[in-house]
Amino acid sequence: MSIISKARITAFGLAALTCGIAQATDITGAGASFIFPVMSKWSADYNTATSNKVNYQSIGSGGGIAQIKAGTVDFGSSDAPLDPEDLAKSGLGQFPSAIGGVVPVVKVEGIAPGAIRFTGPLLADIFLGKIQKWNDPAIAALNADAKLPDTRITVVHRSDGSGTTFNFVNYLAKMSPEWKEKVGEGTTVQWPAGVGGKGNEGVAAYVKQINGSIGYVEFSYAVQNKMTFATMQNKAGKWVQPSAESFQAAAAGADWAHSKDFFLVMTDASGDAAWPIAATNFILVYKQPKDAVKGKATKDFFTWVYASGKEQAKALNYVPLPDELVKQIEAYWTANLKF
Amino acid sequence: MSISQSLPGNNLSVSRSREERRGRRDAIADRSFQIVVAAAGIFVLAALVGAAASMLWGGSEAISTFGWRFFFSDNWNVGGRQFGALVQIYGTIVTAVIALLIAVPVSFGIALFLTEVAPPWLRTPIGSAIELLAGIPSIIYGMWGLFVLAPVLSEHVYPWMNDHLGPLPGIGRLFQGPPLGIGMLTAGIVLAVMVIPFISSVMRDVFLAVPTRLKESAHALGSTTWEVVWDVVLPYTRSAVVGGIFLGLGRALGETMAVTFVIGNAYNISASLLEPGTSIASAIANEFAEALDPLHKSALLALGFVLFLLTFVVLVIARLMLKRLKHREGN
Repeated sequence: MSIISKARITAFGLAALTCGIAQATDITGAGASFIFPVMSKWSADYNTATSNKVNYQSIGSGGGIAQIKAGTVDFGSSDAPLDPEDLAKSGLGQFPSAIGGVVPVVKVEGIAPGAIRFTGPLLADIFLGKIQKWNDPAIAALNADAKLPDTRITVVHRSDGSGTTFNFVNYLAKMSPEWKEKVGEGTTVQWPAGVGGKGNEGVAAYVKQINGSIGYVEFSYAVQNKMTFATMQNKAGKWVQPSAESFQAAAAGADWAHSKDFFLVMTDASGDAAWPIAATNFILVYKQPKDAVKGKATKDFFTWVYASGKEQAKALNYVPLPDELVKQIEAYWTANLKF
Repeated sequence: MSISQSLPGNNLSVSRSREERRGRRDAIADRSFQIVVAAAGIFVLAALVGAAASMLWGGSEAISTFGWRFFFSDNWNVGGRQFGALVQIYGTIVTAVIALLIAVPVSFGIALFLTEVAPPWLRTPIGSAIELLAGIPSIIYGMWGLFVLAPVLSEHVYPWMNDHLGPLPGIGRLFQGPPLGIGMLTAGIVLAVMVIPFISSVMRDVFLAVPTRLKESAHALGSTTWEVVWDVVLPYTRSAVVGGIFLGLGRALGETMAVTFVIGNAYNISASLLEPGTSIASAIANEFAEALDPLHKSALLALGFVLFLLTFVVLVIARLMLKRLKHREGN
């Protein structure tokens, strides 16, 4: 009895296995941890819908760029866009996949989520270590109705190289000439102050534990950990809170049409409702891949993502791309991807 | 053998040739056994030299670019392409020293308790508990340090240190600074918990190896348990105890994940132990995945080489100390 059923199971398993090999094309991607949660959801749903498999490894933006350049994966993913010159040199094409936001988070006694306000230059001064107490006049001037304690400010930043850092310091550099000169931009910078946590979860853990701390994380981490996020002043001078709507507004305000290879960092976007530190994740593919079948499978996957992956993205606090941008991406594919 | 004895005469030559064959076979077996064992020994040496050489090779670009400044500069700026390893070296040594200052006395106490004081029925469970502690992955220690230990330290212990130890002259500077709960002292404490199983199990094993008649003689002469341990057991086992301590130190120097969680990963050198710092292993763990700039990657590999050197120096010091101890003992 048991032998028969075992044999049956084996036969069934074999059949399933061979079927899988015969039908599906597996593609592999690697890169930013920022989109890992939604990428997992997309690939699971895509597998259910089409039986094709997408294997995504969350190894960080830098790793994603290195892997696609080495040709070991079918697509790479990065939170920092490559410039058109670099892309042309490596024969790569680039397009956005999803939009999210970086949010400043604080732990200050008596401050509710969204109740503390920062301008860009003030945020830069805090991260430069120039403002050391929460009751500093510069903070108090913007937060007249908040009770600010006489607590030391502890800056928390990422200790590992990160696309989140890239977008955050890009914003600070746009806001503060002093930041641009002293610290600069990049996925890793020489922080003038504070402690470093490894990964979004590391920063979130430090901020939750250190009284008087301020850090920056992906919006979804702030939501999941119920952290006290800040209200920011945007380019239009309006006060905005981080939300899917304000990220969407930033994406809508960006000038994608005139950016070659979608080379655009979305920070400090214009628009009344735009969140100032919105971030885009980019996908990198070869314009002429060695394996055209896999190249096509990659394109099919992202076509499906744009058409059917919106709800999954929203559920995980990402913003799906605006329809206008999807049209531009599809035109870019037609023009650039030769397979 | 027995066959050749029982069969005399014309069978002798047959049996002799059989014996010769047997002898030759044994010689071959012996020879190949030697080769296999020697290969295993050489493999260790080759792996050691290979690891050191490949790190030096990978780090040669950084070392040749910065020269001695790589070891003595505290400027680690990825964007500005300036790399100096002093902060990491400092953090590595300070956290390891803190760990040993805590772990050695505690381990000594554990080993003493288990060998001299504890009732026999208690020795096995505590002994197994220590061995189990040694088997816990380091990331678990890191999470425990960050989520359990750090809040306790920042709320209850470090403020007390600020108020009571901070004003002391001299060593007071070690305990001033913000009580974040994350920093070099926390990293040292977590490391201490991690190396205690190693040091204490070595100490227990060697204490057990002390001949009973020595201890009994001392007891018979009227020594207390403490006197027996201090004057008989410890001198008898000194070299092995030093070896155990350095085993723990080696582990503390190279520990990566647990330290990364609690040290604060900040590039600054501060007299205060409460301030965040960084260590060689945690800097590599943090930055390697995103090190795209060849010079940055090279600097990280050179850091690995520095850690290798540090461990090597520690081992050499341990050897010298043991040698000197033996010399003094006269054997």
